[in-house]
Amino acid sequence: MSDATLDMPVGGTAQRAGNEPLVAADGTPLKQKLAQTTRRMKLRALMLTMPLVLFVLIAFVAPIGDMLFRSLYNPTGSNVVPAFAEAIQQWDGQDLPSEETVKIFVEDLAKARRSREIGRTVGNLATRLNYELPGYRSLVTKTARRAARITEGPYKEALFAIDKRWEERIVWTTLQRITKDYTLAFYLAATDRKYDADGSIVQADELYRIYVPILWKTIWVSALITALCFIIAYPVSYLLSTLPLRISNLLMILVLLPFWTSLLVRTSAWIAMLQTEGVVNNIFVYLGIITDESRIQMIYNLQGTIIAMVHILLPFMILPLYSVMKTIPPSYMRAARSMGASGTYAFMRVYFPQTVPGIAAGTLLVFILAIGYYITPALVGGNDGLLISNLIADHIKKTLNWSLGAALGTILLVVVLVFYWLYNKLVGVDNLKFG
Amino acid sequence: MNKSASQSQARDDAFVRFENVQKSYDGEVLVVKDLNVDIAEGEFLTMLGPSGSGKTTSLMMLAGFEPATHGEIYLAGESINNVPPNKRGIGMVFQNYALFPHMTVAENLAFPLKVRRMGRADIEERVQRALDMVELPQMGGRRPAQLSGGQQQRVAVARALVFEPKLVLMDEPLGALDKQLREQMQYEIKHIHENLGVTVVYVTHDQTEALTMSDRVAVFEDGVIQQLSAPDELYERPQNSFVAQFIGENNKFDGTVSAISNDSCTVELNGGGTVQAARVGDLVGQGDRTTLSLRPERVEIAPKNGALPNVLTGEIIELIYLGDHIRTRMRVAGNEEFIVKVPNSADHVPLAEGAKVNVGWKTEDCRALDPL
Repeated sequence: MSDATLDMPVGGTAQRAGNEPLVAADGTPLKQKLAQTTRRMKLRALMLTMPLVLFVLIAFVAPIGDMLFRSLYNPTGSNVVPAFAEAIQQWDGQDLPSEETVKIFVEDLAKARRSREIGRTVGNLATRLNYELPGYRSLVTKTARRAARITEGPYKEALFAIDKRWEERIVWTTLQRITKDYTLAFYLAATDRKYDADGSIVQADELYRIYVPILWKTIWVSALITALCFIIAYPVSYLLSTLPLRISNLLMILVLLPFWTSLLVRTSAWIAMLQTEGVVNNIFVYLGIITDESRIQMIYNLQGTIIAMVHILLPFMILPLYSVMKTIPPSYMRAARSMGASGTYAFMRVYFPQTVPGIAAGTLLVFILAIGYYITPALVGGNDGLLISNLIADHIKKTLNWSLGAALGTILLVVVLVFYWLYNKLVGVDNLKFG
Repeated sequence: MNKSASQSQARDDAFVRFENVQKSYDGEVLVVKDLNVDIAEGEFLTMLGPSGSGKTTSLMMLAGFEPATHGEIYLAGESINNVPPNKRGIGMVFQNYALFPHMTVAENLAFPLKVRRMGRADIEERVQRALDMVELPQMGGRRPAQLSGGQQQRVAVARALVFEPKLVLMDEPLGALDKQLREQMQYEIKHIHENLGVTVVYVTHDQTEALTMSDRVAVFEDGVIQQLSAPDELYERPQNSFVAQFIGENNKFDGTVSAISNDSCTVELNGGGTVQAARVGDLVGQGDRTTLSLRPERVEIAPKNGALPNVLTGEIIELIYLGDHIRTRMRVAGNEEFIVKVPNSADHVPLAEGAKVNVGWKTEDCRALDPL
């Protein structure tokens, strides 16, 4: 720094000499000095957020990444029959694979039959093939049992002798496809599509089209639940926000009380209420509205799912609405009235528009929660009350088709993100008020 | 003369009339006790009082947001007790302005016109005229949040006036503004009132505001109007001790009336000394206790001998230099809070703390009011 800066008056005042940058009293440029003094503060702020950052990375980003990866990556084929996996890729898909390739397949199968390593057994391959060609599981297991006895060619004829289905070209094209590690097959399955013998994408057979209808059902059920929550919550929130504090606090506790109760307890309570021998039916019978023989099936179906979920998600609608309504002073409505607006007109033009941020937040919250809801539909949904998340859980826990579960999960995530994006377009996320 | 003429006129053709109006929220306490006021067309009437005195409640009853528990309210000769607020045609300016945040300024102003189903061209013209009136001609496209407090205030006034109501109510409209802006807005509202000839009922707890703007001021306390007078009358001739205390600064002495004549009385001060004071109606009689009220600027320091009927000796306790005047706190007849405002003229009496000086005042400036 120039000598001039040394003549600076003590006390930290900085002066601008000509075009020179501002300097602090000790001669360092002011910007640098500022950065120095705030660095420690920034570092501390960063350190404070580290536990959360790590937690989010481990508990959120990593699992989602893993899910995305699993939905595309499935090495079962190449694990079970590694040599064949390489050889079959040479095949052009016309007629049947060469005698040499089939020989490798038979040898690989024979080897795999002796394997006890998890993920490398014949059963794994059979299951994998069965995903794509339902009913073809036995083809692989049966053939594997006899593969060791096939010692010399012609190998193709030997296979045909075991099972006629080896003559079908689609078995081999499917084998060719599932021995590649990366595949879109699970996304196709998740959207009720499949590859045909030529490798082009076609609709699945009518019987197997289940995921897309369930996804649509999940979306409209969630939308219906959101709408019901809104219709119930809006007047309640309005009441809460306008009543004297003492009473509104009491009512607020009533709103929050179920919120603090275990989800399972609340769902079970609905079972007790709604089952055919339950409280509601008993009251109906007692009042003579229905006869004892014609008790209404209110739970273990879609209706039960909707009732229980509306109840459980209601606070998520009430709270943002209430917090927004609380900030709207009564003078707005009064002003509108004094200017000649009727109560309805004032409400529609003045009050309602101001609650939009709360409505947006509430509906988004409830919709997103509803679309991924699992436990309640699982407990009270019966068969027709099941939602997409129940299918995902099924694939993760029961059928162990993790790749398909992951693909469905990813699709659900994308759907939520699309809705979020739409919301942002329509209302603007900055306008959301959660409370 | 003039004042009393306008008052009697107000009684003849009252534009707004409160008749025996009472209001209770809980059935236990009367917030407004037997309110009777006549407001003339074109008048600027201010309801002044401390918080909880019933002034805002009275305004809300007039606007139609609170029903009167008892009594009748008339607007232009018609009882409006059962008319909903939107049918009363009364403009209103709220304390927090109540500008609709989701609408632009122009949309806010157009709101009462749209409600009345006016044509678009007509609405645009009136909105522009209203904006011009409050000197914000370019602000129509802004949102209220983008305006300063003073600008929001003007828009609120414009919105209350844009549909040309005969009566405009203002509920502490300047409360949120800083002092300088508040003074400026006082004059602007006053000028708008004068130019449009609209009747204004104004609620405030700020006495300066009330004195500056109003034709008449109603001083509220405990649900009762203590005095309803023109500002000068209110300040110079308070009818009771509450008004004297509430409006402006006030020196008070406690004493007993020893003799009364036509319009004056003799009062023996509790702190020693005898003074002549003006009688206020029949408020006090012989032998009654009384509180004397005396404005600080009406006290003369070291008066010439015999020039004033009331002279007492006091001791200067504190001097505060305020530029245009010197605020002098004295001990006079046992009252240690006796304030004299000594104008800072070139030849004012030299003052020193601890000095003993005579203070004097005219009989009519010292009013014998009800004891506090």
